[in-house]
Amino acid sequence: MFHILRSEFRVSLCYNPAVPEPIVQVSSLSKSYGPVEAIRSVSFEISEGEVFGLLGPNGAGKTSTVEILEGMRTADSGSVRVCGFDPQMAGAEFQRSIGAVLQATALPEKILVDEALEMFCGFYGRRVDTAALLARFGLTEKRKTFYGALSGGQKQRLALALALAHQPHMLFLDEPTAGLDPQARREIYTIVEELRAEKKTLLLTTHYIEEAERLCDRVAIMDHGRVIALGTPRELKARSAGTSRIEVRLSQPESEATLLKLDGVSECLRANGAYVLRSTRPPQTIVALVKYLETFGNELQSLEVASPSLEDVFIELTGRRLRD
Amino acid sequence: MNNTLSLTEFRIRLAWRNRLFIFFSLVVPLAYMFFYVGVFGRGSPLAVSFMLAPVLALTVMGSFWGLSMQLVMFREQGILRRFRLAPIGAAPLLASSLLSNYILLMPTILIQLALARWFFRMQEFGNLPAALLLISAGSVTFAAFGLMIASITGSMQETAVINNAIWFIFLFLSGATIPLPMLPGWVQGVAAFLPPTYLITGLQQAMLGNAPVLQIGPELLVLAGSAAAAFYFSVQVFRWEPEAPIRPRARLLACAALIPFLLLGLYENITGHRREGAAVMYRQIQRPPEPQSR
Repeated sequence: MFHILRSEFRVSLCYNPAVPEPIVQVSSLSKSYGPVEAIRSVSFEISEGEVFGLLGPNGAGKTSTVEILEGMRTADSGSVRVCGFDPQMAGAEFQRSIGAVLQATALPEKILVDEALEMFCGFYGRRVDTAALLARFGLTEKRKTFYGALSGGQKQRLALALALAHQPHMLFLDEPTAGLDPQARREIYTIVEELRAEKKTLLLTTHYIEEAERLCDRVAIMDHGRVIALGTPRELKARSAGTSRIEVRLSQPESEATLLKLDGVSECLRANGAYVLRSTRPPQTIVALVKYLETFGNELQSLEVASPSLEDVFIELTGRRLRD
Repeated sequence: MNNTLSLTEFRIRLAWRNRLFIFFSLVVPLAYMFFYVGVFGRGSPLAVSFMLAPVLALTVMGSFWGLSMQLVMFREQGILRRFRLAPIGAAPLLASSLLSNYILLMPTILIQLALARWFFRMQEFGNLPAALLLISAGSVTFAAFGLMIASITGSMQETAVINNAIWFIFLFLSGATIPLPMLPGWVQGVAAFLPPTYLITGLQQAMLGNAPVLQIGPELLVLAGSAAAAFYFSVQVFRWEPEAPIRPRARLLACAALIPFLLLGLYENITGHRREGAAVMYRQIQRPPEPQSR
């Protein structure tokens, strides 16, 4: 009888993918370090198969939030559920449900790449095809290399391999590309895009705008411990009152005052022989510009349009640049 | 259990790849043995047996240095954070420290015993199983002290300062360098509270006096009791993160692990049995060898 009860209890604690509830639920989460309020009443949910981004400058509370979700820190108040568990109360079953790439972590310098994979797989009681895992993360040639001899990008790929080796339900990536060169960063993007295509559930923190825009299905912008905006990158940009930037080069000069009168244009500047127009309605502005130039016998030599970015959204909401 | 074994194997591999480890755990103890036994053994088999005990004890005592520094280094470098994410727990991680330390220590001990026998002409080992039992208990005890120190210190510098302070107390006040009977009376009183004293005098009784296991029971008990307390407390107050606060309770528990030695120290200071025993053995090695009858 006792055995049956224990089995049922264990089943009730396990993550059940058939349950349609969000895989991560965060409600009114708060955390302070002494007088500093690192997280202030943060709430969000992540659905299965979603890549969710926490975007914000250093000190915004992203890492504290993720570490509470991973069970590595305790919250002062609020509630958190990850894969059906309260990370603070859960033990080994919870740890088997998640994988993580931590922001500040390392392995011993003298551990070999394949040793690290085999050992960590062993902790989870799983037999994993380490050769396939090494191949997937481009580490086959480095399998007999000491961790200390790997480049930053290779270390980060190994960290990803370790996080995924036990096939977790939920993956946390805390600033996975911080400090990497552009080439290594692109490699990590490719891996995350593959995971996204495989419908893995990911929580990614970053302070790189392009990373959030490129990789995330939804983004929560954090600043000073609060979520100040939440939605898909497209929704956030559409919600923004920011203007698009239209840069044109003309065969003959035009007066800035004339261009300022075009439909939707709120600002016009001349810089390095080009005209930079700020428009709230870019399609209408472009049509009006082309008509005007045809009428007065001028020609368009080049045209570039840049939509408002998440950086613009952040500036609009906080009055600061993301990396200030 | 599997995790403990897997971590033990991993720690042993890491140690053998570390030249500094090989230098400090093999080269230094052997060099010290040649110096100490060579100078103070004076070629007398009895004196070699007597002097070998502090040499073996010093090799065993080195455990607390290495383990505490390694754990603090792992914590500072963020290595423990990575292990924390996996379903391991502090107890298997710390148990693997004790086990790997023991496995790595024993070859040096066996080489020292062999050198004593064949290089320094030590005639017999006395009660070798009892000596090995003491060495095993001592290894776990001093390693567990290392784990405890790692849990109550915040940085490698702090760990090094505390280790140095403890090391010098152990080295000069417990009979590890200067034989206990040669020390002033008050120092012998202090020595009765120090863990190495029991390892050294216990080894001398086993190897020189051929003492049975029962006779060195108090030494074994006090070492094992203190090891169990230090291991249990170090699991309780273990810190995975460098910024995790060190609570006053942790320091209290660290002191509590020494209670067995405090109690036995009080008893020994009241009765004076240990001092007398050490003095008898010391007089025994001072005696000139009896002339052989024709």
